[in-house]
Amino acid sequence: MLLSEVTNFGFLSLAPWLVFAPVVGLLVNLIFGSRLSEKWIGFVASAASGAAFVVSVLLTITLSASHGEAMRWRLAEWIHVGDLSLDWTFRIDSLSTTMMLVVSGVGTLIHVYAIGYMHEDVRFKSDPGRFRRFFVFLNLFIAMMMILVSADNYLMLFVGWEGVGLCSFLLIGFWYEMDTLARSSWANSDAAKKAFIANRVGDFGFLIAGFIMFFAFGSFQFDTVFEKVHEVSHGVIIAITLFMLVGVAGKSAQIPLYVWLPDAMAGPTPVSALIHAATMVTAGVYLITRSAPLYSSVHEAQNIVAMVGAITALFAATIAVGQYDIKKVLAYSTISQLGFMVAAVGMGAYVAGMFHLITHAFFKALLFLSAGSVILGLERGHHHAAHAHGHHDEKPKKKIGKRKEERHDEHHGVSRAERRAEPKVEARRTEPVEVFDPGDMRNMGGLRKTMPVTFWLYMIGTLALAGIVPFAGFWSKDEILLDASLHFSTVYWLLTIAAFFTAFYMGRQIWMVFFGEPRHEAAAHAEESPKVITVPLVMLAVLSVLGGLLNLPIINHVALPGAHALTEWLGHTLGEVEGGELDGMVAGISTVLALLAIWFSWLIYGRNTLQAGQIDPLKKSLGFIFTGMENKWAIDEIYQAIIITPFTKLSQFLADVIDGKFWHDWFHDTVIAGTYNWVSNIALDKYADQKGIDAFANGLGVWTQNISATMRQVQNGFVRSYALSVLLGVVLIVGYLILK
Amino acid sequence: MIPINYYIILSAILFTIGVTGVLVRRNALIIFMSIELMLNAANLAIVAFSSVLESFSGQIFVFFVIAVAAAEVAVGLALIVEIFKSKRSIDVDQMSSLKG
Repeated sequence: MLLSEVTNFGFLSLAPWLVFAPVVGLLVNLIFGSRLSEKWIGFVASAASGAAFVVSVLLTITLSASHGEAMRWRLAEWIHVGDLSLDWTFRIDSLSTTMMLVVSGVGTLIHVYAIGYMHEDVRFKSDPGRFRRFFVFLNLFIAMMMILVSADNYLMLFVGWEGVGLCSFLLIGFWYEMDTLARSSWANSDAAKKAFIANRVGDFGFLIAGFIMFFAFGSFQFDTVFEKVHEVSHGVIIAITLFMLVGVAGKSAQIPLYVWLPDAMAGPTPVSALIHAATMVTAGVYLITRSAPLYSSVHEAQNIVAMVGAITALFAATIAVGQYDIKKVLAYSTISQLGFMVAAVGMGAYVAGMFHLITHAFFKALLFLSAGSVILGLERGHHHAAHAHGHHDEKPKKKIGKRKEERHDEHHGVSRAERRAEPKVEARRTEPVEVFDPGDMRNMGGLRKTMPVTFWLYMIGTLALAGIVPFAGFWSKDEILLDASLHFSTVYWLLTIAAFFTAFYMGRQIWMVFFGEPRHEAAAHAEESPKVITVPLVMLAVLSVLGGLLNLPIINHVALPGAHALTEWLGHTLGEVEGGELDGMVAGISTVLALLAIWFSWLIYGRNTLQAGQIDPLKKSLGFIFTGMENKWAIDEIYQAIIITPFTKLSQFLADVIDGKFWHDWFHDTVIAGTYNWVSNIALDKYADQKGIDAFANGLGVWTQNISATMRQVQNGFVRSYALSVLLGVVLIVGYLILK
Repeated sequence: MIPINYYIILSAILFTIGVTGVLVRRNALIIFMSIELMLNAANLAIVAFSSVLESFSGQIFVFFVIAVAAAEVAVGLALIVEIFKSKRSIDVDQMSSLKG
């Protein structure tokens, strides 16, 4: 009996270690990290994440051995109040294991990359002490993400949902006292707050959905809720799904809450790759997929989800065209790709959405990390160039050079306090000087020669994202487009145009960054990154090339081995899903458009490469449209005008007038304090106390004084008068006795 | 035999003279003498009653009074001498430092 149980459940009992492993890692770094070297801190963190990956693999093996039947592992009682009874249960089914593999797999590679990246980043920003903190946050993120994907009920999912939001906040604001160019400012903290607040708006929607769900179903448990879907009225399900969509829009950066994601690029690049491209932002897509039985039962909500996704995909893609910051382009690209996924799951093409989620995690992590490598390469080049020029250069250069040198000195042991104090002084000194921006593509160019490995990796990522055969992105994007063409033509056209823009802005980026002549001396002196950075990239590149094998379509009625593998695998959880067949028309259009877009980008940016100081050639031909793209269609300014400014005004009104003038000045000071003062000063003090109690007490005193003043007359000191008194007394007494 | 009334009247007259002396005079010595007069007026009355009643207890009592009076005189005169030493006067009206 016992033996059969063990064989039946295999490695299921390891499930809690999905969360425990990263928690152990972060605790080790938290407690002993100050004594560990950077290598050990990185090793512990990566090993913790790697352990979570190993557990995910073992769970997947166990699951496939039991033919994909969902399994649960109850860890502890959690909430038992009234009718609500929730346990902390890990749900192991094909959907959650897929997410676990992506999160921990990509996460581990990014951990390894981050060892190399943060080693240099903390030195460029002159605070090596923060190396440990970064890995503590990163492990915390993995733990929270694991809670999110392994949840067996919506409340547990919400715990992870909030946890990853917190980690996102902490990591965006990692360099909280500076902006992205390491100048002293609160720009990074503002970006962190923006992300957190935008996510709060989304979480509010999620919470409302949760409340309605509990009201309607009386449970948060996935299976219980899904079983009762048809017993609950249509309107209620629509309300739940739409409120949930608000949460998805917040977390997965969809219109109208996407504005936080571009600003979130203030975080270190591994964070952008892990949290803001590969894993956390896909939580919304996962949530909709997880709630598939809810969404599938209401077509109205599905249409809205699909349209939100498709419009986001196109809208963000247009903005990406006009950006100059290498990470901002990728950020808008991420929003756009998340739009693809949301559109897919909105149309009910859950497998296509998940497939794109996986491949996107591969190639977008690759792109972001390569971009990080480019940025570091430029930092190194800049450092190098500044050193070479020395102090006899013209004034601004000299200042930058000086600043870099100071940083260089700090490599070699300056006391902690001095290092802490440094950024502000340094920033004040260099404020009027234009600071070199290693993320600006206008400062790049020609990196193909100086950073060949990064160049080829970036190319692979670009081709995968642009959807060129046979890279991973082609297969997943094609599957979404295929579904859209069959079910929802508006979405199909929006996504196709978005795909065109995708290929275009990626082409633009490649030409601007890697081709042509260096437009800045830093680019000319750029250096290739070390192996600790490139090796994880190579692995991601391999995944980006081969990721399509996960779910190949049937081509010409021929099912290659591995065709529809993911469809079948997820089918265990999502029910029977029909596997798509490659449609020559859809695939052809998207491929031709992608190639066309790359050709256009070559015409504009590749043939005559951008020169230093030259304005973007598209600006001339497109004019105000490009300005719109460059300025992100002024969405931030519009939000500022219609939401933030009125909100600030309202809060100022509430603070000054309602709270200050009405409550504080009038109600508290005048009404309460005034009444109290009147009662105490006039009624009690003046009348009751002064004229009542005081008067009585004083009167007693005055009376006694008067009596004693009178009596004192008798005590005149004349012995004879005393004797007379005695005599009179005797006469009185004797007289009384006689006459009695 | 002289009637008792005469003794009592004499005693009363002497006592009254004593009281008047105490009240009217300011010289401490005179007051002292007046007090003696009052004491002896009382003694006289007691002795008279003792004789009439043929009881010796009254006469014994008077012996004690005379003895005590002698002691009192000793103390009183000593006080007066001390007062005179400090004040250079035995005017009782000047001895008023304890008045309220």
